[in-house]
Amino acid sequence: MPGLILLKNGRVIDPANGIDQNLDVLIADGKISAVAQPGSLPEEKGRLVYDLLGKWVVPGLIDMHVHLREPGQEYKETIETGTRAAAAGGFTAVAAMPNTKPVNDNQAVTLFILAKAAQAGFAKVYPVGAISSGSKGEHLAEFGELRQAGAVAVTDDGLPVGNSQLMRRALEYAGNHDLLVISHAEEMTLSHGGAMNDGPLATRLGLRGIPHVAEEIMVYRDLALAEFTGRPIHIAHVSTRESLALIRRAKGKGVAVTAETAPHYFTLTETAVDGYNTLAKMNPPLRTEADVAAIREALRDGTLDAIATDHAPHGELDKDIEFDLAANGIIGLETAVPLTLQLVRENQLDARRMVELLSLNPARILGVSGGTLSVGAPADIAVIDPEQKFVFTEESILSKSRNSPFLGWELQGKAVLTILDGRITWRQEPFSS
Amino acid sequence: MDPEYRFKHKHVLGLADFSAEDIQSVLQTAESFKEISSRSIKKVPTLRGKTIINFFFEPSTRTRLSFEVAAKRMSADTFNISNSGSSTVKGETLIDTARNLAAMNPDCIIIRHPRSGAARLLAGHIKASVINAGDGTHEHPSQGLLDLMTVREAKGKLAGLKIAIIGDIAHSRVAHSNIIGFSKMGASVTVSGPATLIPPGIEELGAQVSRTVMEAVDGADVIMALRIQKERQQDPLFPSLREYAQFFGVSHRVVAAAKPDAIIMHPGPINRGVELDPKLADGSRSVILEQVTNGVAVRMALIYLIMGGD
Repeated sequence: MPGLILLKNGRVIDPANGIDQNLDVLIADGKISAVAQPGSLPEEKGRLVYDLLGKWVVPGLIDMHVHLREPGQEYKETIETGTRAAAAGGFTAVAAMPNTKPVNDNQAVTLFILAKAAQAGFAKVYPVGAISSGSKGEHLAEFGELRQAGAVAVTDDGLPVGNSQLMRRALEYAGNHDLLVISHAEEMTLSHGGAMNDGPLATRLGLRGIPHVAEEIMVYRDLALAEFTGRPIHIAHVSTRESLALIRRAKGKGVAVTAETAPHYFTLTETAVDGYNTLAKMNPPLRTEADVAAIREALRDGTLDAIATDHAPHGELDKDIEFDLAANGIIGLETAVPLTLQLVRENQLDARRMVELLSLNPARILGVSGGTLSVGAPADIAVIDPEQKFVFTEESILSKSRNSPFLGWELQGKAVLTILDGRITWRQEPFSS
Repeated sequence: MDPEYRFKHKHVLGLADFSAEDIQSVLQTAESFKEISSRSIKKVPTLRGKTIINFFFEPSTRTRLSFEVAAKRMSADTFNISNSGSSTVKGETLIDTARNLAAMNPDCIIIRHPRSGAARLLAGHIKASVINAGDGTHEHPSQGLLDLMTVREAKGKLAGLKIAIIGDIAHSRVAHSNIIGFSKMGASVTVSGPATLIPPGIEELGAQVSRTVMEAVDGADVIMALRIQKERQQDPLFPSLREYAQFFGVSHRVVAAAKPDAIIMHPGPINRGVELDPKLADGSRSVILEQVTNGVAVRMALIYLIMGGD
């Protein structure tokens, strides 16, 4: 049974309760048992006490888009290594995408993921089921069974649902089972064979481009279907300016749409792939300055609801090859906090908005617990040192894979203590109080 | 040229990496080597004891042979590996195969590969020099240089010339290297073809784009027709070869719009009657076979220069 923990003097940022001030937080029996003025909670015997002056105490971060690779590609990541990396990044929960091998389109895989996650104990794992059997885009997967086993949403992520009728039926039928439908928006006949953003740089490198309209056409289709069916939709990994304009317009009309982006889309542009850097190869691809600016704006104005990492571990064999052949995606769990804090330092976001994007909103979108520090809520907490600077090196990575374009970057801001249901899942050593 | 200038490249990956002086130096060296190929004993001992591997992942007749002839005329030992015979078809990665080749201590690996960036990837993993003999739709620097040499021979200069390149610019590594090379040497390059085959941002490489072929060749000193790759026909890039020939083929009517002494080039192999009228290919303005001859001289120069000769 987790014992008593007292977090003293930290800057408690809890947007759900409108709190942003220095407070003490007491944890007992795996729950938040009190949030009170500094010094007002006694340091009784047997309590683990942390003095967190200068640090942020926030609800545990929730990454609604990760690839844990297990079952099937354990050489890239396992549920244990992935959730350990999550804890080190300040996350207490992750949503696991279904493109495992086999695809998570049935209760057996869902239950396996949950069992492995419980065994590891580093983070809550919310399985996301497939929209179509085998993510083949032909027949609906068994949503009811997936939901019963513990899935919280459905998507064919990694692939779009090319068939519009199937997407319509998925939205309609997901309503019976209270499942969120997540859209990987990509018009495949336009993106086919593409390896990076379409434009002058792709031309210079001789790489086939993925035009931004490949994303936008599908975003539009899925917004139209959400409006038509009256069912909520969540748009994953938004990367373009025009996608945001479409989402903004749909929200204005009252369509039940939520959307996420990833730290790389507000940090990097396509120039990161110059020199055939496969560590910056991803889908959707890194875009342009104008897109980065639009994403930052959309994070501020509420067009985007969440920051998710799209954590996509790959081995060297998948990346140290010809650019065209290299796998898409980067790891992200251990860099999300410093990259998002960079926006706070640049006054693009305030701290409270950052916590909404990384914790409160993902919890609400997925309909799961967490995202708050309310008394009685599960004690899922991240303590962030916003000042700590570090160089992101391969040796420091807890994920099983190393595929990050941020290797060698000096980053600022780090999760130093992560608590899951009152248990410490990550503590940076040596811990400086 | 600056008397202090020296050619310093270890690899030849693309003309984007070359300065005007580098190009100048290769062309001068190639011109001095060209005479060797016209001797009755076509061999000099310059690179005796050097090992060169031709590592070709795509079918190629003239480029592979041209590199091999170039190396042998300078007495280097050459070895050829083609895709079907290599272990990459057995699942080995490019880098593993390359490391194995490198373990046999070659001095230079010449690579042709269907993926853009493959030559650079190789250069990052082995000690030997790497020459890019064409990577995907990226660059084909030796072809670009032999085209520059051929034009300079015919026109006596490069600066101030107007070069018209007609056809599939999007998928042509030859076009990319030519646009970069001619622009660096002060020529102006205009491209034209079906809009589906003009890639975005080609202007940033140094080309102007014309909507019609007639406009592109207007007043041109050089007309270069590019090969239409029939295997790309699944992608709806243009309606038919018949219509292509009619609107984008280099014909007598097109040539008449260029300068009276304009020359006609083609990197080969030619689809006769599609991108180029057969009579023009064989006619007096054609320098197509000169391109092939100069190819050997340019490749001799490149191999010589990267092996540190002077």
